[in-house]
This record gives sequence, C-alpha cells and structure tokens, in this order.
Amino acid sequence: MNKETPRSDTAWCPGCGNFAILETMERVIREIGLDPSSLVFVSGIGQAAKLPQYLEVNYFNGLHGRALPAAVGIKLANPGLTVIAESGDGCTYGEGGNHFIHTIRRNTDLTLVVHNNMVYGLTKGQASPTSPRGFRNPLQPDGVDMEPFNPLSTAIALDVSFAARVFSGDRDMSAEIIKKAVLHRGFSLVDILQPCVTFNRINTYRWFREHTFYLGEDYDPYDREKAFMASIENEKLPLGIIYMRKQDAIA
Amino acid sequence: MDDISILITGQAGQGIQTVETLLSDIFLGQGYHVFATKEYMSRVRGGSNSTGLRVSSRPVRACTDRIDILLALDREILKRISDRISASTLVIGETGQCRSGIMENVDFRAIASKIGNPVFSNVVATGVILSLLEIDPAVPSRHMESVFGRKGADIVGKNLKALEEGYREGAGIKGRVSPPVPDRPDGKRKGILVNGSQAIGMGAIAGGCNFISAYPMSPSTGVFTYLAGKGREESIVTEQAEDEISAINMVLGASYAGARAMANTSGGGFALMEEGVSLAGMAEIPVVIHIAQRPGPATGLPTRTEQGDLNLALYSGHGEFPRVILAPGTIEEGISLSKRAFDLASSYQSPVFILTDQYYLDSYYDIASLPVIEKKAYGEGVVRTKKGYKRYLLTENGISPRGIPGYGEGLVRIDSDEHDEDGFITEDMDTRKRMVEKRWKKLDTMKKEAPEPGFFGDREYRILLVGWGSTYHIIREAMERTGIGGLGFLHFSQLYPLGGDVIKYLERAEKVIGIENNLTGQFADLIARETGFMIGRRITKYNGLPFSVEEMKELLLKEIK
Repeated sequence: MNKETPRSDTAWCPGCGNFAILETMERVIREIGLDPSSLVFVSGIGQAAKLPQYLEVNYFNGLHGRALPAAVGIKLANPGLTVIAESGDGCTYGEGGNHFIHTIRRNTDLTLVVHNNMVYGLTKGQASPTSPRGFRNPLQPDGVDMEPFNPLSTAIALDVSFAARVFSGDRDMSAEIIKKAVLHRGFSLVDILQPCVTFNRINTYRWFREHTFYLGEDYDPYDREKAFMASIENEKLPLGIIYMRKQDAIA
Repeated sequence: MDDISILITGQAGQGIQTVETLLSDIFLGQGYHVFATKEYMSRVRGGSNSTGLRVSSRPVRACTDRIDILLALDREILKRISDRISASTLVIGETGQCRSGIMENVDFRAIASKIGNPVFSNVVATGVILSLLEIDPAVPSRHMESVFGRKGADIVGKNLKALEEGYREGAGIKGRVSPPVPDRPDGKRKGILVNGSQAIGMGAIAGGCNFISAYPMSPSTGVFTYLAGKGREESIVTEQAEDEISAINMVLGASYAGARAMANTSGGGFALMEEGVSLAGMAEIPVVIHIAQRPGPATGLPTRTEQGDLNLALYSGHGEFPRVILAPGTIEEGISLSKRAFDLASSYQSPVFILTDQYYLDSYYDIASLPVIEKKAYGEGVVRTKKGYKRYLLTENGISPRGIPGYGEGLVRIDSDEHDEDGFITEDMDTRKRMVEKRWKKLDTMKKEAPEPGFFGDREYRILLVGWGSTYHIIREAMERTGIGGLGFLHFSQLYPLGGDVIKYLERAEKVIGIENNLTGQFADLIARETGFMIGRRITKYNGLPFSVEEMKELLLKEIK
C-alpha cells in the first residue's frame, strides 16, 4: 500500500482478487529492486486500472482500452524507464483489442498485466470478452452466446515474445512469474485469473483452484506448437510461462 | 508576359509529377519565381490528375484559373477543365476532346514508344515546354543525370533522347504559333522550393519535435513522410500506429515521458482522436495536433481541399478545457507557426492545433531562404522533481511545474479521472471545482499571448475582408488585381483564442466580408461568438477546390459595386 499518501479507502470490494494482485505487484517491485522513480505504471479504466493509485510509483492512468499505446509511447520516448501496463479483461481485450494485437506485433519492451476476472465490475456485472458461453448477466439474461476471447492463443498466434498465465490466489508463484515477465526483454503478457466476488458466481476462488494446474518441469515454453495446444486447453487451465519466443530469449 | 500559367494533365502513374519537378527546378535555376499546386483523384493508377505551374519574373504564390499552356498527356481531364480553356490557351498533346484554344496535336506516346517505351512521354512533354519557353537545351540535359542517374546510363540516354525529341516538337510549334513567354528575370537568384507539408515538418523539427505517431491519411501523410525521412538525422521517433486512437495515445504517453510530441491526421482520423484530446486537456499533457483538412463529412473527397474542420478542432473533446488553434497562411508562416505550436503546447500543457488543408500542403513556391530558427533543446519546459512533487500544484495562472518520470526524486502521477494536486483520483466536489478552474485559467495566459491578426491593404478601408489560413495569398493577389482602393484584409493565423483588438478593425469598416473555403463560414461564427460582431456577408466555396485568384477578384468586384 502506498506509504506516502495512505489510502485505506480503496475502491475495491472486500475479498476482491485485486488486493492479492496489489500485494504481489509490491513484492515484484521490491524483489527486483526497481527504483520507483524510473518505474511507470500505465493503466486504462476499470477497477483493475486503479491499482497504480495504491502503489508508490509514477503512473499514467489514461483512457479506457488505451493503456498499451500510451505505454508504447512512454517506452519509446524514454527507454530507460521500466514500463508496466495493467488493466482488466474488458479494457485490454475488448475496448483495446486492436492495440493488444498490434503491441504484440510491435514487441516493445514492456510488461502487460491483465486482471482477468471474466466479468465487468465497474459497470456492474455485464459480460466481458472472456466470459464463458452461457454466462447469465443483466444484458444477456439467457446467457452469453459468443466464444470467449482467448488472449494466450491470440498472442501465441502472433508469436508474442513472452506469455504467461497465473492465478491471483497463488501469490508466491504469481510473483515469481511476473518478475520473469518484467525482466524479460520484449513484450510480455501475464494474464492473471482473478475471481470477482461480487459479479462472477461461477469463476470463484474454489473454481479456479479446481480448474487450473501448473505446467510441469518437462514443459518446453520455447515450443510454439505445444504452447498453442496448452493455450487452448479448457478443461483445466494451465498456469505458468506458456510461451517464450526463442530469438528474444537469447539476448 | 508578366507570368505564365502551365497546366500539365495526365493519369496517375504517367509521371506528371516528374514533369512538374523538372520544370520547377529548371525555371528556379534560371532565376524565375515558381508556384505549383496539384489536384488529383483518390486512386493509385489511372484517373485524371493535373498540376499547375506559374512561372514569373515576380513572386507568384497563389493558384490561378487562367491556363496559357495546357500540356495534355491524356484526354480525360479536358472535360473537367474545359471552362478554364480560353481561345488563347495553347493546348499541346491529346487535344482530341478540346473545344476551344489553339490546338497542337502531339502524340507523346508514339514519340516515346519510338525511343523504346511510352514511359518517356513525360520527358518528351518536358522538352516541348522548355523549348517553347526558350530554355537552352544544355540546362535540362544536366538534370537528366541527377534525376534518372540511379536507373542507369541506358535510361539517362533514353531520357536525353526524349528531351531532344521534345525540343524538336517545340520548334515545330513555334514555327506555327507564337507561344506565351514569361518576361526574363533580372538575374540569377537563390531560392528554395518548399511545400506546405515540408513547412509544417521543418517547423516541427525547429520546435524540437522528437516523436510523431500517425496513421496514413490524405492529405496529412506528407508531413509524416517528411519527418520519417528526417528521423535518423534529427533523432525523431516516428511510429505508424494501428489506428488514430493508438496514435494520439502513443503521442500522449511520449509527451508524459518528456518528448515534444505530435499527432498528424485529417478530419476523419481526428474524429477518432477526440477522446485523446480530452485526455490531454484533463491530464494537462502538451500535444501538437496537425489536422490536414479535406472535404467531409465522412470520407468526403479524400484528395481535395476545404477549411471545414475548424469547428471540429474548436469543440473537440468532451468536457471543458482550453486549447490553441493555429492556421498558417504562407509557407514561411507554416515553419514559424509549427515551431511555435510546440512552444505553446509545452508552456500551456494543453492541446495546440495546426489547421492546414490539401491546397496548402500540396502547393509550393520559392522562398529566399529558410528562416534561421534556434532548435529547441529536448527537455525544455521540464523541471527536476523533488520528493513530494505535485503534478497538479495549484498556481496563480493554473500552470503547474511540469515534471516527467525518471527526472528527479518525485513521482509523476497523471490521471484522466478528476484528481487532486498529487494526481490521485478524487470525487471531492471542492477539489473538482478548483481543478476545473485551474485548467480553465490557462486560457487567460493564452489570450494575453495571442498575436494580432495580420492587416494588409488600405489603412483607410471601407470594405474589410476577413480570411484565415491558406486563402492568404489568393485574397492578397485578388485584392491587388482589382486595382481598387478602400480595401482592407485581416488575415488570422491564430484562430483561437483571438489576439489583439479585433472588434476595432471590424467596426471601422462599412462592410465586412468573411471569406472561407467552407459552406457556413465557421470562422465568422467564431468571431461572432468571441466579439459579438456578426459578419453578415460571407463568401464561401465548398466544391473541393480552392478559390482561384481570378474567381476571388470577380467576387470582390461584385461586392464592391
């Protein structure tokens, strides 16, 4: 929590997955030893996008869906800065979908952290691009009738430099993986599975524990075809570093 | 003759651009003044395009309707410009569909094909013109090597042959008719040809621009291309974005991080950027936005001209925040205003617009030399932050010291939500009120520093013309040509906020005429909004073309009667 201006009154619901992500991000910054004055968080709009407010960092809290282009502009203007873009699934994969695609292609050296709770929080419970088929909500009383957006397989199809998935409930593993993403040279995506205790009664803490597993020691993240197969698994969702592009890893 | 007007027509891909470049370089080298402008269709090949060239021993800087020599590389365009062909127009080339003028049918294609390829047609045509205008053949021969050298000796040789054939055709024409020839210039002069796109680009470089992001869109692309070409030499990051929304947000990110950054687009693309303009207003991020106007609504006429987006710039972005809008009238002013835009954006930490249009950007003329402007140092206007830095510190004039991340010990927090002095989100109503007033207060400084409009003509005017941006030279030349006293001209290159005592100028006139290249007279409306003075008489044009000098002269004469 931000020490300079204590904010006990965060905008999040009690039990929100964002609290764990905030703690994880603080740990990542501390353990890497990043100087706050050369660290910039860039966020869009939504509950997840408020996270930088509670950190001791520079931030650019921009427009809904537009965190990535602003992050690219910041990094290009001053490559000495460490740039972390973070926002929710609606902001990143819906409103900002085009930027998601092209920032992967551009491969700017920055980290994108997406709080993916498969629902819209701030606008009160509507479906997000990652909501599962059949998800009932005020705007689709009969349930969502679209395929959910798969950020990891999209990213791998675009030969993303680094793609990982973590679960917010596991802070230790999340911190380890996000650290690797931040230190990775090139564009890195970390999709964080996160429960929404208010609006998503399906994808709960328990649901995530039961429906995720860590990729084993023998998993080769440099194998793009295997990575793609892992990214489309939907019985149980794999966690860990799903894919790294070989040529970027050498540097 | 005082000046002669040459129109070259052809399909896209026929190389009329090469003819224009060759002719203007050669005439400039001979000491002539040159003005050129183009009109073209929105396609890559075919269609019918034209480029107009004025050559004179006196400065020429505006487009005319009159055509002294028409060089027709294809017959399609003749229909579109038939009104402009008079009995004295010398028409050379594909005269097939021509109804008036002095016809000299020349089959450029056949001549070029004999040399080896119809592609040489344009150089044959160049030779014809140079022959008619009595330019020593040794002069263009020297240009063949510099223009075509990289394509190899064979191509240079064939172009020399094409030039020779052109001179032979020209000699034949001179035997039959006496072509118009411009008065000889009094001597060699040094001058350089600069078009509007280059002027805006040069000014940006002088203003310290080191970041530009854009999505290509006619007619704005020339500025982007110019800066991309200078990127390495001048250390400018040039990034082609996936869309205009991305472009403006990249620019804002770069500016937050300390760059002197620019967005570049046309009306439709700018419409996509509007939320970003609002963010610049809220987060107080300096940004220069060049809008190259073309006729709308929607896709409109992509390659034509209009001054139709003043209101778009003036009212763009939701919410209330100050801005500055500039519109250069001359090439020299394009350079100085584009530079000034960066200084203003930096000192007011607000959006600053440069409004140009297709006519302005695609026209060029010779200027004596480039103005000497000291290039801005990067980081100018930025403070080194201390611990506890407040990005939105409340100050007397609403302008807070601007810190950037990574420079000093402070943290730089900017927010699109309403925020407190630290940049934290707030919903406190008192803070909201103070912040709205803080942002708006910057307009006072903008007003104080706004320059007066330029005044030209008779100080004892009865009739006052009011124009802005690219109509400058057209109105000035038309005024001179009327030969009538009592005419004054107020030209605005800063449209908002207005500077100087504008109302005084307006009230002294018996009649005020607003002249705009749009339908409604948007600037006249703005003057009414700002001063309470309603300009009732408005001369407007909105068919996609600029006013011509002759047209403007006739319109003025009608008003004076």
